Amino acid sequence: MNSTALLSAAKDGLLTGSVYALMATGLTLIFGVMDIINVAQGILVILGAYLSYALQVHWHIDLFVGLLITIPAMFVVGIVIERLFVGRLKGPEKTAMSILVTYAVSLLIEGALNMIFSVNDVQLQGWYVNRSFAIGSIHFGYIYVAGFVLAVGLLSSLYYMLYRTRFGVSVRASLADQTSAALVGIDVKRVSTICFGIGVAVTAAGGMIYGATNSFNASTSYDLISRLLTIIVLGGMGSLGGAMIAGVGMVFIGDMVGVIWSPVWSSMSYFIVLAVVLLFRPQGLFGKQAVRVA
Amino acid sequence: MLEKKNLWWLLGAAALAAFPLIVTNPSDTSIGVFTLLFMACATSWNMFSGYSGYIALGSSVFYGCGAYTMALISIHAHMAAGAAMFWLVPVGGLVAMLVALPFGWIALRVRRHTFVVITIAVFFIFQLAAINFNFTGGTSGLALPFIQWGFSYYNVPFYYVALGLVIFVTFVSAGVRRSRFGLQLLAIRDDEDRALGLGVKVTAVKIAGFTMSAFTIGMAGAVYAMFIGQIYPQFVFDPVFDISVALMAFLGGLGTLAGPLLGALILEASQQYLTVSFSNGSLYLILFGALFLIVIMFMPRGIVVYFKERVKRSAATKVANLAEASGPATISSAGGAPS
Repeated sequence: MNSTALLSAAKDGLLTGSVYALMATGLTLIFGVMDIINVAQGILVILGAYLSYALQVHWHIDLFVGLLITIPAMFVVGIVIERLFVGRLKGPEKTAMSILVTYAVSLLIEGALNMIFSVNDVQLQGWYVNRSFAIGSIHFGYIYVAGFVLAVGLLSSLYYMLYRTRFGVSVRASLADQTSAALVGIDVKRVSTICFGIGVAVTAAGGMIYGATNSFNASTSYDLISRLLTIIVLGGMGSLGGAMIAGVGMVFIGDMVGVIWSPVWSSMSYFIVLAVVLLFRPQGLFGKQAVRVA
Repeated sequence: MLEKKNLWWLLGAAALAAFPLIVTNPSDTSIGVFTLLFMACATSWNMFSGYSGYIALGSSVFYGCGAYTMALISIHAHMAAGAAMFWLVPVGGLVAMLVALPFGWIALRVRRHTFVVITIAVFFIFQLAAINFNFTGGTSGLALPFIQWGFSYYNVPFYYVALGLVIFVTFVSAGVRRSRFGLQLLAIRDDEDRALGLGVKVTAVKIAGFTMSAFTIGMAGAVYAMFIGQIYPQFVFDPVFDISVALMAFLGGLGTLAGPLLGALILEASQQYLTVSFSNGSLYLILFGALFLIVIMFMPRGIVVYFKERVKRSAATKVANLAEASGPATISSAGGAPS
């Protein structure tokens, strides 16, 4: 094992991890504001990737230009899912029910995608997909770097929105305590709908990068959602910073394990890290301790 | 005299027992075997998750452990293919229980929402381990000793063993529901902190419930492996299994006794039937997802509870109607007595 391989794994961890962090941030934002676990996030990433694919194949629209269409489209998809199904859930079993409802939604989408695009693997194409440049002995794929820049850009704008705008204050208030937020006059229902939309909209960008760096079909979503869930639990459910650090950390650890031992153990390492961390910190790395409500 | 409620249970059991005598077509009886196995699994799942409110989405860990125990022991002990292999079914359950102890110990330290996700993570650890280790045969799986019982007769022994398992699990689940232990699980579901405050040893109770449900799911997995004769990691450690058993219990009625049985009967039988008649898997996914959404949105507490309430309500309106109809009559006959 040489240091170049390790450095290159570290680079992959950082670049790919940022994209996972982006997708997981959407998931944790939804959980934090609404107490909803959106199991459909995995298939929505794939839906985002297929949207980019359709735009590219049928209208020859570049992947990055296509985002101007797919991000708003996925935002609308999120709003529709929230209005039709998720937003109607109430009561103490809400979170458990949300898993089942979003799973049902993901089955519907999976069936539809299989019908429209068939189950054959596809990968997004562009002139930059297979090119790379080198710094020293380390190669940087254009698409990975672009994905990193995109993820960092979107995450920073999300942060700007959360910490510098009036709407962001409402979101953070709803994250902290929904009842109190409603008491000071925040329309929690509206905030929830928009957050669900934003949480789903990020899958368009994440899905495009994912689709350009991996071949995928609808059933790839199972692998994706398991990783995303692991990331948000490890980071602490509802913690945005936790999702980012865990996202980068998980891919980084996975790649390191892949280089040092064997790639077959790299995805298993995520889950083992998760189990070990939870032994010592049941609330995740940056999660709040569960407190008794009511 | 039998109570009316018990009569329904007996009728149901008799109908299930008579099924392979009436329907002899092997492809139909094999649907019967799968349906019974899922009825056992959904009831076992409900025995922990339904009563305690801790939704587990990693049940196939136990199913898979039971299946691999059956496969590995029968292969390495060079067992003669045949009915003697059924003795391994409880062994499969015990191995699943042994796995459930550390699994529960880690996963049950956290609160409900995180628990769900950890069970999913543990599930993936097992699936990946089964794919990557050598002794499990990797992705090519394991072939069990081949049982030569003849094509037309083959399903029947499995059918009755699975039925026996369903009856056993139902009795255990009913026993738990009535026991002090079951009440403790229900108390945890309703308010864990209060239960703890009142002296329920919540962690011990949760782990005990979790391992009990693992035992019976493991037994079902062992029967499955023997029935199928060849197991693959992606089919015994199957995410769809995890969600299916939960869905069956939700569909029928979470925390009820008849709910998971009914849910599994409806879902698994229709799923098997649809997969046999539609070769198009995508259409099936769409139908399944839509059915699932309709049930959850309109009958969130399950079919059993929904219809029980309907019956109660219609009985109540009947009584009210009767009272209304007979009301004026009584008044007139009593000569204007105060109503």
